[in-house]
Amino acid sequence: MNKTVVVRYFAILREQRGLAEEEISTAAATAREIYEELRGLHGFSLPASRLRVAVNDEFGPWDSEVRSGDALAFLPPVAGG
Amino acid sequence: MRSPSCRPSREADAVRFEITKSRIEPAVLLPALEDTAAGASVTFEGRVRSQNEGRAVLALEYEAYEPLARKEGDKILEEARAKFSILGVACFHRVGRLELGDLAVWVAVTSAHRAEAFEASRYVIDQVKARVPIWKKEHYSDGSTGWINCAPSGPPGPAPA
Repeated sequence: MNKTVVVRYFAILREQRGLAEEEISTAAATAREIYEELRGLHGFSLPASRLRVAVNDEFGPWDSEVRSGDALAFLPPVAGG
Repeated sequence: MRSPSCRPSREADAVRFEITKSRIEPAVLLPALEDTAAGASVTFEGRVRSQNEGRAVLALEYEAYEPLARKEGDKILEEARAKFSILGVACFHRVGRLELGDLAVWVAVTSAHRAEAFEASRYVIDQVKARVPIWKKEHYSDGSTGWINCAPSGPPGPAPA
């Protein structure tokens, strides 16, 4: 059964997606699978190995089960300072 | 965005990390760190420079994932307090569009003696640059732009501490 998750995009991913946030319906189990699915759809330049993932505003694991209602954010390499 | 006047106090402002869209004003911020036990006060100012890797830069844009950036910033300041014998520590990072010379990030540390203040300020800026989810887009003189560190190949980001 599909789950509904909110996905937030920042910086280069936000520009490549053309929006900052969306709600998606997916059968993918983990954050990694969700990113790969979205990368296939939208042609993101960055592979998952260059990103970190946040689940519900905390840094999270790529390979844990994502639950319906979770909010994911895929984070490009940071460059503060 | 929270302004200094309405922000709840946190340990009398001795530990404070903020993301701000407004100009960073060190002269306004430093008094919160005043402490007669502090024999040393070290501040670091990171400013927008006109060149990067041989290209002429006209302006920068910083973007933050604010809820997580605040949490990670707070964690870094707490780590600095645990690692070094310091009295106060603060870090402000600006977001939005910045022009050449603008202050992008400001770190201040007070301690009884200078060594701890130097070491802790270096720790804070290094960790902020490596870990806090903030991104930087450069605008170049030829009209092009680039997100820093976001080439498709390259090392993965460091693991959270």
